Amino acid sequence: MTNASLWMKSEGPEADIVLSSRVRLARNLTDLPFPNRLGDSDGKRLAARLQEAFDGLGNDWQLTYHPLADIPPIERQVLVEKHVVSPALIQEPVRFEGLVADPGESISIMVNEEDHLRMQVFLAGLQLSQAWQMANRLDDDLERNLNFAYDSELGYLTACPTNVGTGLRASVMVHLPALVLTRQVQPLFHALAQIGVVVRGLYGEGTEVVGNLFQVSNQVSLGLTEEEFVHNLTVVAQEIVGRERQARQILTQSHRLEVADRVGRAWGILTHASIISSDEALKLLSEVKLGQDLEFIKVPGHTTFSELALMTRPGYLMYRAGQELHSMERDALRATILRERLISDAEYKEEH
Amino acid sequence: MSESSAPPLACQRCQRRPASVHFTRIVNGEKSDRYLCEECAREEGAFHFMLDPQLTVHNVLGGLIGQVPETLKLATQVACPRCGYTYQQFAETSRLGCDACYQAFRPQLEPLVRRVQGATSHRGKIPVRAGGKLRQQQALHELRERLRQAIAAEAFEEAAELRDTIRALEEKTADTE
Repeated sequence: MTNASLWMKSEGPEADIVLSSRVRLARNLTDLPFPNRLGDSDGKRLAARLQEAFDGLGNDWQLTYHPLADIPPIERQVLVEKHVVSPALIQEPVRFEGLVADPGESISIMVNEEDHLRMQVFLAGLQLSQAWQMANRLDDDLERNLNFAYDSELGYLTACPTNVGTGLRASVMVHLPALVLTRQVQPLFHALAQIGVVVRGLYGEGTEVVGNLFQVSNQVSLGLTEEEFVHNLTVVAQEIVGRERQARQILTQSHRLEVADRVGRAWGILTHASIISSDEALKLLSEVKLGQDLEFIKVPGHTTFSELALMTRPGYLMYRAGQELHSMERDALRATILRERLISDAEYKEEH
Repeated sequence: MSESSAPPLACQRCQRRPASVHFTRIVNGEKSDRYLCEECAREEGAFHFMLDPQLTVHNVLGGLIGQVPETLKLATQVACPRCGYTYQQFAETSRLGCDACYQAFRPQLEPLVRRVQGATSHRGKIPVRAGGKLRQQQALHELRERLRQAIAAEAFEEAAELRDTIRALEEKTADTE
């Protein structure tokens, strides 16, 4: 559960700008209180019912159920850094929370986060429609063994009315360095807000923007079909990709030297620093990725940007070290890993 | 959102402070205009897109849930017959207690859902277990929508086919009743 997820190493449409696509469905069981009101006896009943339902799925989905209590705290942090679970799921105290995932983590089901089930499908690049189809099939299969709370007027019932209806949230993780550099993100996000599209930071709601990475998702979940929501967000993502490409073209045409300078400096620091913070690392990795996408620089390593972004996060570093680390120790280990992955790794590859 | 240049009106929400913010919102193609004072605009989530990390869905929603129409104020003490949760508790946590709460608080929830979702009717997936009838209704709804579009586009051949499909489905629905 602490290796990179499959999507981080996979190819996909527009994957240079759209790092990943995610579709999430919120579902609750009828006749049991929502997670925030779940008492001990109901919690046990729920766990038993879910266990039975997951067992009933058979081997096709290759899903394994992990009660959160069985996952060591450092590994929980890594799961958040990989976006496999939300920060809310791992908040103490741990009660009946759990994670159901396949080996590649293309599917992860959060158990007892805000809702009883939050099924998520992750794919590389812009593949929202494929992700929805997979989530839809999983939902069908689970429904054979579970009674989901559903109302003919409001649709699927969720703990918070902001998710009622389809329970669907589609989102894409986009890397927009050129739109940030040319100061076009604010007006673009402003326009998106008016058509019901929300833009958030790297780890979702309430998190800050680092490394020019943004999560773009639909704001409402009621009133349209799942296909319509997914289609609308796909169109929005294509529009964002188009604008980012346009901005990149402007940068390469009119600001070639400045961009080359930024990229070169970022590369210099990443490959020569002895201590580096996670935010600085991500910011510089973002610039190197832009340089790589624009063919200003050839990055010799074979570790992807998404993998590097994960490997430089605090939880991952502590997991790798096998112990808690002070921030200075983390900053030093991070610098070592970056040098290893960006330079020595490449040399190793070439020699063999 | 823009600073209004029109002569100061009272805020549409609190009716007290002058309106200084024009808040246009388009959800599912439905446009709504609000003239609010800054404080009310903040509570209604007009500044949502500014990426303020403090302003999450839950604390925006908290402001909305608290706004129960006067006529329903007494009802905030109503408790869900199944889990015992009150509307007041919902206003504090932004989360309902169980699926039966939706039935118990329906009058208060309806305007809230309309406001946060811009719609009140589910058009998406229907679970197989909820029965075939709902599915047929949904299918009919979709076909009628397509028929409307076909007529608007003057695609009469397609419209005729759709009309026949709808008739067949309506008869089938009637048979099973």
